[in-house]
Amino acid sequence: MARQPASSIARKRAVQKWAGVPFLAPGSFMLIVFVLAPLILILGYSFFQRGRFGGVVFTFSFDNFARLIDPLYVNVIMTSIGMGFVVTLLALALGYPTALAIVRLPPKWRTIALVAVLLPFWTNFLVRTYAWILLLNNAGWINQALQGLGIIHDPLTMLYTPQAVAIGLLYMYLPLMILPLYSSLASQDAQLVEAATNLGASPWRVFRTVTFPMSIPGVLTGCVFVFVPAMSNFVIPELLGGGKTVLIGNLIRDQFLKARDWPFGAALALVLTVLLIALLVAQQWASRRVTEGPKEKKVTSRA
Amino acid sequence: MRSKIIPFVFVAALAATTLTSCAGASTNAALDPNADLTKETLVVSNWADYYPETLAADFEAATGIKITIVNHATNEEVMGKLTTGADSGIDVAFVSGQYAQALNEAGLLQPMEKSMIPNEKNLYTEATTLGYDVGNNYSMPYAWGTTGICYRSDLVPTAPTSWNDLLNPAPELVGKTTMLSTERWMALPALKAMGMSVNSTNPDDLAQVKTQLLTTKKTLLAFDDTTFYSKLVSGESVMAEAWDGWCNYGIAEDPNIKFVVPSEGSDLWVDTMTVLKTSKNKEAAMAFVNYILSAETQGWVASNILYKVPNAAAMKLVDPAVLAAYPNMNMTAADLLKQESVIDLGSFSPEYTKLATEVAAG
Amino acid sequence: MRKSGFGRVPLWLTYAFLYVPILIVVIMSFNSSKNLFVWRGFTLDWYPAVFADNAIMVGLQNTLIVATSVTVLATAIGTLMAVGIHRYTRGGLIRAFAIAPALLPDLLMAVGLLSLFSLLSMTLGLYSVVIAHTTFAMAFVTAIVLARLANLDPSLEEASRDLGATAARTFWRVTLPQLAPGMVAGALLSFTLSLDEFVIAFFTTAPTTPTLPIAIYSMVRFGVTPEINALATMLLFVSVLTVIGAQRLTRITDSL
Repeated sequence: MARQPASSIARKRAVQKWAGVPFLAPGSFMLIVFVLAPLILILGYSFFQRGRFGGVVFTFSFDNFARLIDPLYVNVIMTSIGMGFVVTLLALALGYPTALAIVRLPPKWRTIALVAVLLPFWTNFLVRTYAWILLLNNAGWINQALQGLGIIHDPLTMLYTPQAVAIGLLYMYLPLMILPLYSSLASQDAQLVEAATNLGASPWRVFRTVTFPMSIPGVLTGCVFVFVPAMSNFVIPELLGGGKTVLIGNLIRDQFLKARDWPFGAALALVLTVLLIALLVAQQWASRRVTEGPKEKKVTSRA
Repeated sequence: MRSKIIPFVFVAALAATTLTSCAGASTNAALDPNADLTKETLVVSNWADYYPETLAADFEAATGIKITIVNHATNEEVMGKLTTGADSGIDVAFVSGQYAQALNEAGLLQPMEKSMIPNEKNLYTEATTLGYDVGNNYSMPYAWGTTGICYRSDLVPTAPTSWNDLLNPAPELVGKTTMLSTERWMALPALKAMGMSVNSTNPDDLAQVKTQLLTTKKTLLAFDDTTFYSKLVSGESVMAEAWDGWCNYGIAEDPNIKFVVPSEGSDLWVDTMTVLKTSKNKEAAMAFVNYILSAETQGWVASNILYKVPNAAAMKLVDPAVLAAYPNMNMTAADLLKQESVIDLGSFSPEYTKLATEVAAG
Repeated sequence: MRKSGFGRVPLWLTYAFLYVPILIVVIMSFNSSKNLFVWRGFTLDWYPAVFADNAIMVGLQNTLIVATSVTVLATAIGTLMAVGIHRYTRGGLIRAFAIAPALLPDLLMAVGLLSLFSLLSMTLGLYSVVIAHTTFAMAFVTAIVLARLANLDPSLEEASRDLGATAARTFWRVTLPQLAPGMVAGALLSFTLSLDEFVIAFFTTAPTTPTLPIAIYSMVRFGVTPEINALATMLLFVSVLTVIGAQRLTRITDSL
């Protein structure tokens, strides 16, 4: 956002003190009633204990948080973070050039190209995941093709590995990287690129100094959108990982539905929630720094 | 403004939570034997393909009660719904025995009104003393069976006879075996192989199971609850830990598939019917349970979904050809009772979940 | 500006990655064996079976109702929220909270919402699913529109105000058109996410009003069958037709 003289901002703020309400009210209502309240309800359980057969017994305790320090759970959290990183990087590597290519298409093709990215996800998730099982199986399509072509002799073990889980997660969350990226790239003023090119910059230089920096907020949004859900998914590690990969999502699901230990599940979920809030704040701070530059002007930020 | 709302919401939520924990069951009135059933409607939740396709239509024709049958895929998810909300909208829920036990402990089940369920007499006597609900006071058994090894007799060098054949497979079978992933059944083979109880609450037992399973995991194709018999049919796996009824589906597709209960013994699992206390149609629910327990209905179940039913009258109606094609259907009630009935383990249950996590993540 | 064919390669790569599994889905819908792992011959029988399956038809209808409602609500609320945050706040925590629902574990939200609905003694139905889905979908819209707002030039709005237009008119005629691509992206994403969402829908709907993912998931006792593949293939086909038709009828592409 361009810098503005302090006086005009002060003037605007005075007039607009309540102007924000119609914009923020509906969303805030939804957030408070349907997000904050349920969160407090459930996360609040983390301070209590499991009843003998499930359910919650309201004796206050910090046991659940103490249990989190168990190396087993720390290990799972680390694995999840690692998996999240890998999937995010892959999504960025594949998604950024894709979003860029879509933006550069002639206007009448852009929506179709975008929708074409989403169309596979209008079928059913289970069906797509089973298709991956059929692809990656020992007797699956890829192995049969490779063996048929004589490239390999024994089938490659692709399914029921952490790699299969990563592929499945990438497949599921790629659109969440592409769409924010597209939105950010599409909003860039084409004239800036034109100006840079006219001034003699090579396409790569234009990309490096104009296009990419301006797209960073979109990049960060996309990364966060892929990173967190990739860790909290529990179906793909089961179906494609053969029950041999455990992510935070599996932990939370297991505690809530299998062990019926809601307090402990809530403690795990609380950790994940705090992590993601921290990520979002960091993302917002980083976006701001990139688009507005370091804050040396106290006046405008206070206005 | 925001700073005032948050504490308010927090306090309100806490207060509300404490209130709901006191609320518990809703209607506790005694059942009315003369209630007009045609005014009641039923919502029943069961596993897909686990009941006659025409069940809803037939039941409605026989009793005039409007019924909707909805499906759930696993015990866990229907339990999640039943234990979270006040009224799930479900009148009759089909859950496995140990889950019925847990529901009852949570005060969520309506006791079975025996006067409205005369067909109970059809059950084997053995089916009235099952560990998770002795006397069938809050549940009625629907189908039962055991867990064993399901294998391709044409692809294994020697037929398996012990759990160790699965836990420590021969070298040529490495990468071609599967085990069940639900925690109680994941632990079962190792517990039995080492002579322990399937209902063990001894942490040392579980520690030993973990060590064995971590070794077994290296030889395993996958932990799989769903597609394991398909893998047997396709030949991708040759030996699987399986429930007897499921193995029958494999046998139906490939007669080379056989089922065996290992020599160390196994479990006795039971899928049951329960009536929820929140139901507003309890009389109709009892009528439904009674209808299921008739010889014809449960006989159909056995003949078509290839599971054993705890209904003596029904088993007599099963086509001998079916019994011949699926040997484990001939297991007598007495044989089944030699296995250990699975019960809920109370506060020890989370330890099994932790075991499963340790094995999966290790 | 040089239109590089080389730049299109990643696009084709992505499409290949996305559509190869879909190809398998389509092929397998013709498998005469109920078991997907074994091919036993070609058949068209699964397609009529889908229409005969009442549970699927009901689920499909419910899902479409929910997804369309969610798209409309989420896009509206999310866009308003994004503009509000961008203009009237300093971001930070409120922005994080506005976007957080997109990232919270679905099981947590599902169980939390069901608990809340029970507390409020609400009878569940499709509307409770719409509420639940809107809460996370609007977060996506907010995030996407915010990403777009970051790059927009505020001087257009200033000019409009300076020329005498009211705040409402400025918003309607100047701001919204600039936001349109972001809103379209957000709307598409909301629709997609709601259409195929299982966990939250399962916990927040009444047992008698299942959505399509719920109907399918509970049918999958032994693994996905060719019948479900046939359903997915038909959904794909109908979606393609709808999109092409919509593109002909409206002029969405022009605004991009």
